[in-house]
Amino acid sequence: MKASGTLREYKVVGRLLPSVKNPTPPLYRMRIFAPNHVVAKSRFWYFVSQLRKMKKANGETVYCGLVHEKTPLKVKNFGIWLRYDSRSGTHNMYREYRDLTTSAAVTQCYRDMGARHRARAHSIHIMKVQEIAANKCRRPAIKQFHDSKIKFPLPHKETKHLLLKEITSVFTLCGTIKFLIVEKKPFCF
Amino acid sequence: MVFKRYVEIGRVAYISFGPHAGSLVAIVDVIDQNRALVDGPCTGVKRQSMPFKCMQLTDYVIKVPHSARQKFVRRAWEKAQVTEKWAESNWAKKIEARRKRAQMSDFDRFKVMKAKKMRNKVIKHEVKRLQKEAAKKA
Repeated sequence: MKASGTLREYKVVGRLLPSVKNPTPPLYRMRIFAPNHVVAKSRFWYFVSQLRKMKKANGETVYCGLVHEKTPLKVKNFGIWLRYDSRSGTHNMYREYRDLTTSAAVTQCYRDMGARHRARAHSIHIMKVQEIAANKCRRPAIKQFHDSKIKFPLPHKETKHLLLKEITSVFTLCGTIKFLIVEKKPFCF
Repeated sequence: MVFKRYVEIGRVAYISFGPHAGSLVAIVDVIDQNRALVDGPCTGVKRQSMPFKCMQLTDYVIKVPHSARQKFVRRAWEKAQVTEKWAESNWAKKIEARRKRAQMSDFDRFKVMKAKKMRNKVIKHEVKRLQKEAAKKA
C-alpha cells in the first residue's frame, strides 16, 4: 500500500460466497485505513486471507463504507498496536499519538514509522487503534501534553516566508502565446 | 522575563499565512508540539487544528478552560473585548497602513506626495528659523 495523503478509515465487511456446503457463511468485518475505497477492499482481502481461509476469488465484499470521526474537534490520545517488518525481522510495537481523528493518528503513525524505522507502508500492519484515556497513556512524549495549564513559549520563529514577495511576470512566445509566471522573490536577501 | 508571550489556553494569536491569514484566533487546546486546536468565533475562523508556524502570539489572553465549546470561547472573547483592543493596537494599525499602501492608486500616491511636500516645507521652515536664531546667539 502507498499511504498517500491522509488515510481514511473504512469499515469493510466480507464473506465467502454461499455454497451448497455453506449456505450462510459468516460475515467478517475489518477496520481498514487506506487512501481510498479501492485500496481498502484490497487490504481487506490481504488481511482476511492471512487470518481465514478466504480469498477474493471465492468471496464477496458485502459492505465497504467510510467511517466518519465522531468527535473531530476533540483532541484525543490514540494507542496504535502495529506489526512491521524491519530489515532483519518482524516486530510488534505499541505507539501513541495525539490527534483529532483516528485516520489522522494512523497517518501520523505511518509517517512516524517511515521516519524513525524506515518502515515502508507495505510492511506495516495496523493491528489495533484505540482511543486512550489520558491516565492510561504510557509514552512520556504524549503525557507531557496532559496539562490543563499547559504553557510554553515559541522560541524559534521562522518568518522568512512572510518576507517573500510574489512577483508575476508575463512573457509572450512568438508574439501571441502569453505565459504567466508567478514566483516568490526574496525581499531583501 | 526572557519570554513575554506564551502558548497557553486562551492565548489570542494572529494568523500570518495560510487560508485564514490576517485573522485572530484563540488557542483552545494544544494537540502536540506543532499544532493547536484553535477557534475564532468572532473572527470567522472555524474550530480546527492549526500549526504554530502560521500563528503569531499576541498580548491578549482570554479566560477559557481547555477544550471549551465555541459558545464559551465567544463569550470570553467578547467579555475581554479582544477585537476592539486589537483594532486599537499598534500592530493592527501597522497592518492596516501596509494594506492601504499596497492598494494605493497613482492619484493616491500623488496626494501623498503633495501632503508630504506641504508637511516637510513647514518643518524645514521652522528648523531653518531655529538654526538662524541659534547661529545669531552664538
